[in-house]
Amino acid sequence: MNASVDTPETTAVRVTSGAARRIRLRGLSDRSIAWLFITPTIALLLAINIFPLIWTIQMSFTNYKANMGWLRIKNVGIANYSDILGDPDLWAGMQTTAHFVFWSILLEVVLGFALALLVNHKFRGHSFWTTVILLPMMLSPAVVGNFWTFLYQPQVGLFNYLVNFFSGIPPSSFQMIGDVQLAPWTIVLVDTWMWTPYVMLICLAGLRSIPDSIYEAAEVDRASAWRTFWSVTLPMVMPFLMLAVLFRAIENFKMFDMVNLLTNGGPGSLTETVSITLKRAAFEKWHTGWSSALAIILFVAVFGAANIYIKFLNKVRQR
Amino acid sequence: MKPTNKTVRGVVALATIAALALGSGAARAEDKSLTLCWAAWDPANALVELSKDFTAKTGVKMKFEFVPWTSYADRFLNELNSHSKLCDLIIGDSQWIGGSAENGHYVKLNDFFDKNGIKMSDFVDATVVGYSEWPKNTPNYWALPAMADAVGWTYRKDWFAMPDVRKDFKAKYGRDLAPPKDWDEFLQVAKFFQGRQIAGKKVYGAYIFTERGSEGITMGVTNVMYDYGFEYDNPKKPYEMNGFVNSAGAVKGLEIYKQIFDCCTAPGMTNAYMSEGLDAFKSGQVAMQMNWFAFFPGLYKAMGPDKIGFFVNPAGPSGHYSQLGGQGISVVSYSDHKDDALNYIKWFAQPSVQQKWWEIGGYSALKAVVEAPGFPKSAPFAPDFLVTMGIVKDFWAEPNYASLLLDMQKRIHNYVVAGQGTAQLALDGLVKDWTKDFKDAGK
Repeated sequence: MNASVDTPETTAVRVTSGAARRIRLRGLSDRSIAWLFITPTIALLLAINIFPLIWTIQMSFTNYKANMGWLRIKNVGIANYSDILGDPDLWAGMQTTAHFVFWSILLEVVLGFALALLVNHKFRGHSFWTTVILLPMMLSPAVVGNFWTFLYQPQVGLFNYLVNFFSGIPPSSFQMIGDVQLAPWTIVLVDTWMWTPYVMLICLAGLRSIPDSIYEAAEVDRASAWRTFWSVTLPMVMPFLMLAVLFRAIENFKMFDMVNLLTNGGPGSLTETVSITLKRAAFEKWHTGWSSALAIILFVAVFGAANIYIKFLNKVRQR
Repeated sequence: MKPTNKTVRGVVALATIAALALGSGAARAEDKSLTLCWAAWDPANALVELSKDFTAKTGVKMKFEFVPWTSYADRFLNELNSHSKLCDLIIGDSQWIGGSAENGHYVKLNDFFDKNGIKMSDFVDATVVGYSEWPKNTPNYWALPAMADAVGWTYRKDWFAMPDVRKDFKAKYGRDLAPPKDWDEFLQVAKFFQGRQIAGKKVYGAYIFTERGSEGITMGVTNVMYDYGFEYDNPKKPYEMNGFVNSAGAVKGLEIYKQIFDCCTAPGMTNAYMSEGLDAFKSGQVAMQMNWFAFFPGLYKAMGPDKIGFFVNPAGPSGHYSQLGGQGISVVSYSDHKDDALNYIKWFAQPSVQQKWWEIGGYSALKAVVEAPGFPKSAPFAPDFLVTMGIVKDFWAEPNYASLLLDMQKRIHNYVVAGQGTAQLALDGLVKDWTKDFKDAGK
């Protein structure tokens, strides 16, 4: 107990050392203090981002296989890159990814914006319905992927019964996940169901940021509701919409968990997005060099596209 | 001399230190433990029960790391490749043996077997080649056959015995309804049951493996392709695959599998493996089910003797084969408890333990157990299991087996389930993929 009791001597020592520290800190320039603060962050970034990136780039020029350590690592130049870019299966995977990204984002933006317009107005049970709408995005993609496989089950799944209820098509007569034509749409549908609320939230933030005075001015000018929407609401929300598109595009381009659990890339390879191809090459086939090259290609593609898009976004904001 | 207070205090302190030291020593002995890694399935539960005897005998506690089949290979190959100490013992898939031996993941067991009188000739030959040897057919042992397994079939005995069903079948095919012996008969039976109403419920012909992600469809299709002449390579010239993988017989076998998938499976079975098959069969959805023998004890227990019957994989024009499953038990070379792990294998190899293993739901590979006179009558599926273990073939066990497997998964699923291209194109593509894989692996 007596360990925590201050004596005049210990207090004096603490005061002296505290003062000395202050004097030392006072001796540091602003620049030095700034470096002191950002050094841990820089070290962390270097360790978990930059170093792995450089390591991946280096591996992408080799035939390295992480599970076959006894094989001599050979430098293969750009062979991995040319192999990937000339691989028709990989281009098919790119098309699958593009189909998924394009349609899911289109649907999410249209529905998300519509829902945001709806939720932006007060109505009875507003809070309850807003919470209900937000529920899907709070679930884990793995959980979503798993339970949608049950919903899509042709014999007992709710989805087929709903289709049957509205269209009269017998539920066991078609299957979503196993059908060549329908399977690519199953992943679009589930992603839309899950992430539309997210787009809605961003749009809602945009709608709430529009000052009332602009609407009042439009009213004074006797602008119709349609005209107000096109000339005021949409342009003012556009930067938010574009931001939502950017976030969702990056996210969907690297989508893995939900698709993997829902379709496993099948039937055949019809829903095999590039991230599934990458995972299979890296951690199932253990083609570490080849998959590193693919990761770099994807990184450059996403990074490049995102940069161009951000420049475009900035132009829209300046308008 | 009267002890002073100081002396008493000294003696008490020494006694306390000694007691603590002894206590911690005893605690250390009690705390000895081994972690055994395997897949999460019925036989694993049986092994937990069995291992209690090992703990009772040696005082070494057993911990278990079981993961679902779908992530079993991913998880444990990652553990091995990262030289993890998680598993002291591993029941690894037969295909891992090449990579695990060449990469030094498993302890070589030859000396240990010699020292402890464990003879590989005491185990079923196919299991020794399949689970223990690398290179194949050489006396280099990396595992003890632990769980003998292969693909077999179950059928709805009660449906097959229904008089009206039997009458209809006889009228249609001119023979008695019985478990199929070849693939022509299989197709007849499967087509006969497809869409039929039984007890007011629509049922389907057959359940077959179609899973895409890990090994499912490959482990299914080979059961037909072997029977029609599929070979992995030229038996006289290793790694020569053209004309063997894509032979006319292999193409025909693949077409038959697709025919079964198209005509006679339940809707939605496009990415289905073991558990989906068990569910489909138990729920009365299908007349015949392809699955591993490992599941049959549990299935028999769940359904009862009146509803379930068993049969060996049907034969084809080029022979009678079945896909080998099962695993051997190995000591992980990165373990800190290799001696205890070797003791476990020594204990597990004993005939009495192997006999109990079979009795509680595991599949022993010990000849003394499976060739005992009473074995065929010990379970209704035992005779078929015995026949099957004599006709098994296995997939590649090369160090790069994962690439080979994923290529086959992709080619077969693309053709059978997605209906893309032809069987010939699928197998020609497979030869191309495998040639590249072996070239990459320096073969």
